[in-house]
Amino acid sequence: MNPQLRRHIASGLFILGFFLLWEALCWLFNVSDIVLPKPSQIIITLIARMPALWPHVLQTLYTTLIGFGLGIAIGIALGVLIGSSRLAYDVAYPLLIGFATIPKVAVVPIFVLWFGAGGVPAVLTAMIMCIFPIVVNVATGLATTEPELEDVMRALHASKLEILWNVGLPRTMPYFFASLKVSVTLAFVGTVISETVASNRGIGNVMMIASSNFDVPLVFAGLLILAVLGVALYAVFSVIETNITGWAHRKDEMAIG
Amino acid sequence: MISTIVPDPRAHSQYFVELEAVTLSYGRNDKKIHALGLTNLRLMQGEFVALVGPSGCGKSTILKLVTGLINASSGYVYVAGRQVGAEPVRVGMAFQNPTMLPWLTVRENVMLPLKIVPPFRQEYRAKHKGEFRDRADALLKEVGLANFGDKRPWQLSGGMLQRASLCRALVHEPQLLMLDEPFGALDQFTREELWAIMQELWTKLRPTVLLVTHDLKEAGYLANRICVMRARPGQIIDDAEVPFPRPRTIEMSYTPAFVALTQRLRELIVTARPAKDAA
Repeated sequence: MNPQLRRHIASGLFILGFFLLWEALCWLFNVSDIVLPKPSQIIITLIARMPALWPHVLQTLYTTLIGFGLGIAIGIALGVLIGSSRLAYDVAYPLLIGFATIPKVAVVPIFVLWFGAGGVPAVLTAMIMCIFPIVVNVATGLATTEPELEDVMRALHASKLEILWNVGLPRTMPYFFASLKVSVTLAFVGTVISETVASNRGIGNVMMIASSNFDVPLVFAGLLILAVLGVALYAVFSVIETNITGWAHRKDEMAIG
Repeated sequence: MISTIVPDPRAHSQYFVELEAVTLSYGRNDKKIHALGLTNLRLMQGEFVALVGPSGCGKSTILKLVTGLINASSGYVYVAGRQVGAEPVRVGMAFQNPTMLPWLTVRENVMLPLKIVPPFRQEYRAKHKGEFRDRADALLKEVGLANFGDKRPWQLSGGMLQRASLCRALVHEPQLLMLDEPFGALDQFTREELWAIMQELWTKLRPTVLLVTHDLKEAGYLANRICVMRARPGQIIDDAEVPFPRPRTIEMSYTPAFVALTQRLRELIVTARPAKDAA
């Protein structure tokens, strides 16, 4: 059996084991559904309510992806700006950290005030959640580019833009993709926060209503959906990462002495 | 010497590279560091000149001045009869580190100058899978890396990378080749092998070469002329022709005449060291 398959199987068994343990503990201590529903019951709820839940799932996914896309665009732009100039780095960093420290749940009401309840605040919240890790990683990747690599280009009289395009950005890709994996999960958090506070659609809203009705299995069904979506998107970016930045994950057995 | 009149370019056309009363200093006022004292250096077209001297004597500084990576504090630097930077001259450069870009294959690394330097850059899209690729492969074959074009840089040894680095410095047929201790980090055998390859490439393509090195044997083997520098402030204190016929061989480096040459250079460098370093 190849080691990769073995790792996948181990990982699957671990997840299965986690839910089995949960189920067993619920049975053993006779935990009430209102407190902690059994996994089996969550699955049953999920299947039974799926037709009603599905539009909300799509809504949340859609909102998250738009917010994430905007976050990537702005994050790269800011990261390139901050990472390629010492001055911009020194000037902008304190402000950026200030913004990053603000609890995102606190800005949702402001967005609602500006744009009204609904999809727009959710997109924006997802966006600001995922900007920071992208900016920091892109800026770090650019700022730590080896000067020797840039010298190669400068000796050829390459322009700043050409150096950025041919050396800076490719060099930054591993950092960038590492940040995407973090950011995509944060984008979900942002969307759900906003949907919980001010929306009438989306998984966040469903969970909010369900918890006020003491429909705890449905709340957990919502959490499960979010977890699955998060893992799925993480996996997508992992695959893209290995394809694009394979050079950064070199395998020793391929090297020639 | 300092004049506000722009000198007539034609007056300097007999040399391909000319440093005229160049100085370079960093910092200001009391903390001023004179990296390069008053320096004159002339290279004929197609000449191979080696710069030797103690470390920190400004050898690499001269390379950077000639490529236009830094500007002189005073004096003039002419390349191809024009002040440096006025008209882009095709420059190839190889450093002590091979500095291959790890996300590109070896062939793509070699082709990098074609992507950047005019007139090749305009045709890069059209030719990078045809003519340019063949050109890179031909060079790689010449340095003994025929089957390594598709490899990644980290799959190659240090000596192989340095060969690829030479290919990259030469692929765009530079008029001027700058070699900043490109063989310095290699073992003796690989180094000698690369000297032979370098000599062959130079004989074939005849770029004007400026080689910075610590290795006197290397300077004697490769160069037509050797300039000796001293440190603080950096200055050229000796400039001598290397009379040996080409192609030169390693065996030649054991002849009395060659040994006498390297010994003379060695003495010059040792005595030129500043007094505080001599102890």
